[in-house]
Amino acid sequence: MTLGDWITQGLEVLMAVAAAPVLLGWVNQCRAWLQNRRAPSLWLPYRNLHKLFHKEAVLAENASPLFRLAPYVVFGAMVLAAGIIPSMGTRLPLVVSADAIALVGLFVTARVFLALAAMDVGTAFGTLGARREMMVGFLAEPALLMVIFVASMISASTALPAITEHLLSGRVGLSPSLAFSAVAFVLVLLAENGRIPVDNPATHLELTMIHEATLLEYSARHLALMEWAAALKLFNYVCIGFALFLPWGVAEGHIGPLGLLVAIPALAVKLATAGAGLALIETVSAKLRVLRIPEFLASAFLFAVLALLVQVLLGT
Amino acid sequence: MSFPNPTLLIGCLALLCGWGVIGLAGLLRPGSVRWAGNILFTLGAALGLALAVLGAVSLLGGGTERLILPVGLPNLPMHLRLDPLSSVFLVLLGASSAGISVFAGGYFRPGEGTLPGLMCLQYHLFLASMALLLLADDAYSFLVAWEVMALSSYFLVVSQHRIPEIRRAGFIYLVMAHIGALAILLAFGVMQGGSWLFTFHAMRAAHLTPGWAAAAFLLALFGFGMKAGLVPLHIWLPEAHPAAPSPVSALMSGVMLKTAVYGVLRVTLDLLGHPAWWWGLVPLALGLLTIVYGVLFAAVQTDMKRLLAYSSIENMGIVFTGIGLTILFDGAGMPVVAALALVATLYQCMNHAFMKSLLFLGTGSVLHATGERNLGRLGGLIHRMPWVAWLTLIGVLAIAGLPPLNGFVSEWLLLQSFLFADRLPHAPVNLLLPMGAALVALGVALAGYVMVKFFGVIFLGRAREATLARAHDCGVLERIGLAWLALGCVLLGLFPLQVVHALGAVTQQLLGAAVPQAVSVWWLLAPVPGRAVSYGPLVFLTAIGAVVGIAMLAVRLTYRQRVRRSPAWDCGFGALTSRMQDTAEGFGQPIRHLFQPFFAIERQLPAPEDRAPRYHIEIRERIWSMLYEPLARAVQRLADLASRVQQGRISVYLFYSFATLLVLLAVALFR
Amino acid sequence: MLPWGQQLLDMCAALLLLLSFAMLSQRRIVTLVNLYAVQGAVLTAATLLLAWRTGERHLYLSAALTIVLKVTFLPWLLRRLLRRLDIYRDSEPRLNVTGTMLVGLLIVVFAFALAQPITRLASTSTRSAIGIAISVVLLAFLMMITRRKAVAQVVGFLSMENGVFFGAMSASYGMPMVVELGVALDVLIAVLVLGVFFFQIREQFDSLDLHHLESLKEHD
Repeated sequence: MTLGDWITQGLEVLMAVAAAPVLLGWVNQCRAWLQNRRAPSLWLPYRNLHKLFHKEAVLAENASPLFRLAPYVVFGAMVLAAGIIPSMGTRLPLVVSADAIALVGLFVTARVFLALAAMDVGTAFGTLGARREMMVGFLAEPALLMVIFVASMISASTALPAITEHLLSGRVGLSPSLAFSAVAFVLVLLAENGRIPVDNPATHLELTMIHEATLLEYSARHLALMEWAAALKLFNYVCIGFALFLPWGVAEGHIGPLGLLVAIPALAVKLATAGAGLALIETVSAKLRVLRIPEFLASAFLFAVLALLVQVLLGT
Repeated sequence: MSFPNPTLLIGCLALLCGWGVIGLAGLLRPGSVRWAGNILFTLGAALGLALAVLGAVSLLGGGTERLILPVGLPNLPMHLRLDPLSSVFLVLLGASSAGISVFAGGYFRPGEGTLPGLMCLQYHLFLASMALLLLADDAYSFLVAWEVMALSSYFLVVSQHRIPEIRRAGFIYLVMAHIGALAILLAFGVMQGGSWLFTFHAMRAAHLTPGWAAAAFLLALFGFGMKAGLVPLHIWLPEAHPAAPSPVSALMSGVMLKTAVYGVLRVTLDLLGHPAWWWGLVPLALGLLTIVYGVLFAAVQTDMKRLLAYSSIENMGIVFTGIGLTILFDGAGMPVVAALALVATLYQCMNHAFMKSLLFLGTGSVLHATGERNLGRLGGLIHRMPWVAWLTLIGVLAIAGLPPLNGFVSEWLLLQSFLFADRLPHAPVNLLLPMGAALVALGVALAGYVMVKFFGVIFLGRAREATLARAHDCGVLERIGLAWLALGCVLLGLFPLQVVHALGAVTQQLLGAAVPQAVSVWWLLAPVPGRAVSYGPLVFLTAIGAVVGIAMLAVRLTYRQRVRRSPAWDCGFGALTSRMQDTAEGFGQPIRHLFQPFFAIERQLPAPEDRAPRYHIEIRERIWSMLYEPLARAVQRLADLASRVQQGRISVYLFYSFATLLVLLAVALFR
Repeated sequence: MLPWGQQLLDMCAALLLLLSFAMLSQRRIVTLVNLYAVQGAVLTAATLLLAWRTGERHLYLSAALTIVLKVTFLPWLLRRLLRRLDIYRDSEPRLNVTGTMLVGLLIVVFAFALAQPITRLASTSTRSAIGIAISVVLLAFLMMITRRKAVAQVVGFLSMENGVFFGAMSASYGMPMVVELGVALDVLIAVLVLGVFFFQIREQFDSLDLHHLESLKEHD
């Protein structure tokens, strides 16, 4: 690993951290356009974060140190994940420290801390949110792992860079199992990031809210970190999707300044498209009842398993 | 045959005897907590530590030592042997029991059931018998150790024998333990293969037909599976483990269950030699069932120790899944992948010993501080018991399978070995296996759910009872014990390469292969044969730590806003009370709803005009009514039949003896 | 990498399997009929692809037959029937959806094991799809078992025929034309006859729920 690689690595992480709120702003903008509303500014999430950081933090009287620690851990996990996902280049120093399974583990770490923090103050909504968040988690995680298994069966590795390189090498054609697992992945992405069929990030309706319920007791900088982490999580998931299914534009091997010139615009175009797609899905679908979420995620699981079966069935 | 000088083996034996002496010393002043509790238990912990060191030395050396002691049956002296497989389990026993013993030194109070001195004897006998079990090299001493282990743990379980439920739990445990022991005895009987020599050496040399070998394997799996809590043989476990005092629960869950794993590995991969591939399907299927079953029941428990007991069942499911994979890959001629699965199995055993002991001890401290085991009456203890809470948190995060702690490593290794399923030459199995991996993933994800419930309900939120305000943190010895186990969880998580490397001796011994290490960096684990996959927990920890540090610093430097404390937001409804939090039952609700067919649920809902509305729910295992109760009735009927023989007259009994004698003589005559 | 035609064929096979699962999970009968039409369309595409790749003339004919009969006529007939019978929704299936899906997955595994020897015998380039064909047949069977409404069972029956057709195609590039025409005719007649039956059943019981037929059993 050269110094250049480390610089690229740092650049990738910083770019993810910086771009994540913009992606969120872009999704909101697209959604507003699709719904014939006047769109908020692309930079609104940034202004929000800035505002929150400047406020005085209010903690509940019985909040424990865990409550104050959790936002940092959640944020840290998401930043690390951004460093591990090969969104621009496949040969970055941090990438070797975790494969896709460890990445899933990292997301679970963030979720567990989020849920524990939500239970810490002991309000009705906090615990309810924690419970629902964990429920979505334990349903989505197997589906996500199955998606990863399919990808790893095709490319004989669970490491994201290896999968990306295998796809880039052009040895994989039109693969039905990849298509199915992509569908499964989109469903998981929607559920894990609290997007519309599963959760609505824009409301605090107590009957249905999941993610927002866990954040109710947070304010100011802690809330800002949590929201930033949520934006980063969306960014990360979209980038995992690219690594697994649409790796075009990612630089193979050592990435130089020239490589970055290709990789960054490619990533930007892909992100913009994915954001618009996400907004479209959210616009055309209706929020599910909480009790229907397991069925939603079961279908994601089914897609992933079907992908696996098809891979083995047609692979012989 | 020339043996190398058995120094380490003699050392282990001496430590084992040391435990015996400590146990007997407890009888000198049986009523004294200071003598039996503080001093002797701490001494026992030191011996445990020494045992772990000896085991580690032997493991790293990779050699085998043997010793024959002139005690035992007339023509079967006691054979002892220290090889890599037993060394691993000795390390596990020594290291985790050291933490448990220190904790126990501060745990026992006067006036609770059995006298501390007697407890000390039973406890150290229990430890010594497990050590002997791991060293035994003939069926006789193995079974003697096995029985001593069962009996001493039985007495420990019923130490609070005045409570009827505990007596019942002890009874079920005893019955199941003996049925299991019988199966193991029969398995050894099959394995001697007509030579009538009961040393393990003879069993290795014996040539069994495939049918008999399979029979021996299944018998051993039944017997050891009963001890390990394999579904459907698990029913004693959620009764007995919670009934025992917490250090004993920790020892039973953390260490004793692993002796069953040792037994299965010893019999299958060592004594029976190379197993047929399809044998693996049995432990694999049972293991997967056990994972899901155990974790689902853990999720709906309201008693904290029962919750942990079910979680132990789940973990043993993971272990047996690993054993199944090992056999499957070994039988299919893929020894390196088999080695990967075996490493995952052993790693999981190691992890579970530390994690589960830590959690059980944590519940012990909570139990002492509050007198409550019911999750519905706890809450908010992180404020009153910070030491216990934070150390338990490490165990909780570890067992939930979160990187960079240890639980994740074994999960990762297991999933990696699952991913070789498509290389198996057996047609429908390679399709089903990935779904097994999905079940493992589901189990691990659910374990996270369970652990959030466990920690959140006990330590977070508001205290659900006023008396909890008087709860106190644990004492120094208890803290040391907890910290030791937590340290184990962290170290096993951060240095997986070193652990996997040490386990190489075992895979070499049992499978003749070791997992490769693709990269030559000490902080990166890359054990997957032929695939460029790696995992570096230290990087994880450093990176997360760095980001957290930078974020904190940046926030502090840039925004100098202070923190204000105020009451939690009550949605405008007036003061929040602790009863507005989710209960343990509430936290289990999604599981109950989603997996309804698994549970036998009895629910009492309040009527609309109830003055004092009560909501009561009871969840039982269907397996009781479906399997065990019919079985018990059948046994009862048989016993009734047999009791006709009982007449009460001396002359009839004499006649029985006389008849038996005649029949035996006749047999001897006509043979 | 496989040639493009082969890849597209694989895609069609996978889609057929997916559609079978979609049918299994669908509660609305109208959607069920639509799914059946889509299945027919995918089958047509697969047949055309295969015809183009192998140059077997008769496959073009059977593709035309498929599109006329299974994509257009039969769905139209069934939809008309549904409108006239005034049914939109099946009652809850006997086994819940997730459970049915799990059984379905196991059936696919079983079908795969079943297809193994046939796959080894067949010499066609499409032989790997035989397992999927068997799965489609068995899944359609499963759907018939788990439904209560007679129309859903007819759709299941038709989908089963699709599976058989696809299986024949992938094992030996289609059945002889005579057989194919015969089967098509059979299916047509069967649907017409069953349509008449529906009206009779409803007249008798005021419902198409098949459990009413249980009362026809002689009580002893």
